[in-house]
Amino acid sequence: MIQARDLRKSFGSVEAVRGIDLDVPRGEAFGFLGPNGAGKSSTMRMVAAVSPPTSGTLRILGLDPLTDGPQIRARLGVCPQEDTLDPELNVRDNLVVYGRYFGIPRSEVRDRADELLEFVQLTEKAKARVEALSGGMKRRLTIARSLINKPDLLLLDEPTTGLDPQARHVLWDRLFRLKQQGVTLVLTTHYMDEAEQLCDRLVVMDKGLIVAEGAPLELIRAHSTREVAELRFGVTETHQELVGRVADLGERVEALPDRLLVYCQDGEEVIAKVHERGLQPAAVLVRRSTLEDVFLRLTGRTLVD
Amino acid sequence: MSSDSPTLSQLEAQRRLFDYWAIVYQRTWKGSVITSFLAPLLYVLALGVILGGFIEADPATLEGASSYLAFVVPGLIAAHAMQIAVFETTYPVMGMIKWHRVYESMLATPLRIVDLITSTLLFVLFRLVTTCAVFMLALAPFGVFATWWGALLAFVAQVLVGMAFGALVLAITAGLQNEQGFAVIFRLGMVPLMLFSGAFFPVSNLGPVMEWVARLTPLWHGVNLSRMFALDTVDWALVALHVVVLAALTVLGWACAVRRLTRRLEK
Repeated sequence: MIQARDLRKSFGSVEAVRGIDLDVPRGEAFGFLGPNGAGKSSTMRMVAAVSPPTSGTLRILGLDPLTDGPQIRARLGVCPQEDTLDPELNVRDNLVVYGRYFGIPRSEVRDRADELLEFVQLTEKAKARVEALSGGMKRRLTIARSLINKPDLLLLDEPTTGLDPQARHVLWDRLFRLKQQGVTLVLTTHYMDEAEQLCDRLVVMDKGLIVAEGAPLELIRAHSTREVAELRFGVTETHQELVGRVADLGERVEALPDRLLVYCQDGEEVIAKVHERGLQPAAVLVRRSTLEDVFLRLTGRTLVD
Repeated sequence: MSSDSPTLSQLEAQRRLFDYWAIVYQRTWKGSVITSFLAPLLYVLALGVILGGFIEADPATLEGASSYLAFVVPGLIAAHAMQIAVFETTYPVMGMIKWHRVYESMLATPLRIVDLITSTLLFVLFRLVTTCAVFMLALAPFGVFATWWGALLAFVAQVLVGMAFGALVLAITAGLQNEQGFAVIFRLGMVPLMLFSGAFFPVSNLGPVMEWVARLTPLWHGVNLSRMFALDTVDWALVALHVVVLAALTVLGWACAVRRLTRRLEK
């Protein structure tokens, strides 16, 4: 569905995407993870055939976005990061008008609009103005809109950013159903749980490059340990000073202002040894490594913006 | 789906965009009644009928008009066409580019930037045709038009000058970062043009230098074209000049608008 080789995008002197390779097969749910400014959205815009690549090759559905933009876009569904719904149109008209841009006949587009409103649970809001919708409803409407042309490939740029937990779960449920129907999903996110829930495979991007690629579990295995022991000590000791005393217990130790993270295979064993050494952490927690550990390992803890 | 054809024709693209504009018009026509139809008629009443009642000028000083009303009407409608076009291509277009991102949503579909620019100008054309037609029909009983065919051609002239302004201002808006530039367009562009391009008085009253400045403005071309037809004082060479200038400005504005919007949105 998507094939990219040494894909690059520059804005003036700023290189947002600095040479990435991608292969997304049909039916896959593929994720781009990365901090703000990693180049995810720039990549998505190129894949959506609205932003021409600066260099490298890109094929979407086997077509070249530079020459076949309209044909590619006819088969894509796009859910942009910021809603581009028309706030002055009612909910249903937003779908109908958008469907017309794809050349879908009026009677058919009305039927599809009603089906999609049902699918995203907005049937009762059909006549409401978009302005009156909550953030979660707007997102669902945007997703419904992106499905009006029955796309082969659905692009979602941060689909759940800014939503409350309930709204996120409803959205995930809808996206999961689409995936089951065989729609190829490509999404960007900086929520690790979202990536773990939805993606078969993902890439982590940082500073315009792909820094890791694989299934969520593969990435955890490759870039983190099985478990993490979190040790919180009292305020009298600084965690940084204690690193040396536990460094040999795990594969890696990270000091945060409020706790030590010991990356290890067996967390309980680490905690037992910590106590043997006469250290008295105020609180301990053993958990499995998550994608978030991988993400922070690969992209750092420093704020980028 | 009809999107299977390799290239989307302009006609097909405009057909697909029609429903959007139809809904926009359904939503806005009530609000536009006052600015489009009522306000200009009040102008005619105040300036043409009442103020004009005080003016007893020799037809020779009014470019051949038998009364001030007959003089001012064709110019006033041409100036009004400019206003309609400028309003339609400033705030609403900035809304589509920046505030509601309607253009962006359209560009995620098979539509292209050139399609959006053309359809926006077709909507301006529709607004000009309806507004100027109602205006002309409302004034026909006042006996201000020399011939029916002259009135018809004056109407075409008004639409043409409106399109020239619509295209030029659309090109400006396409590149503006925010709406602050609109104040400049309105106050330093539209208002002086309206006052000094021959809509209310013959430009020969401006003095030799300013007269020529006025004759270089796009609005004067439209005002003069509209008035020559309405009063049946047609100089066909001048007609050709006016039509060429206005048509050229329309095409130039359209092309610049496409280029500037591409630079802005196709990053």
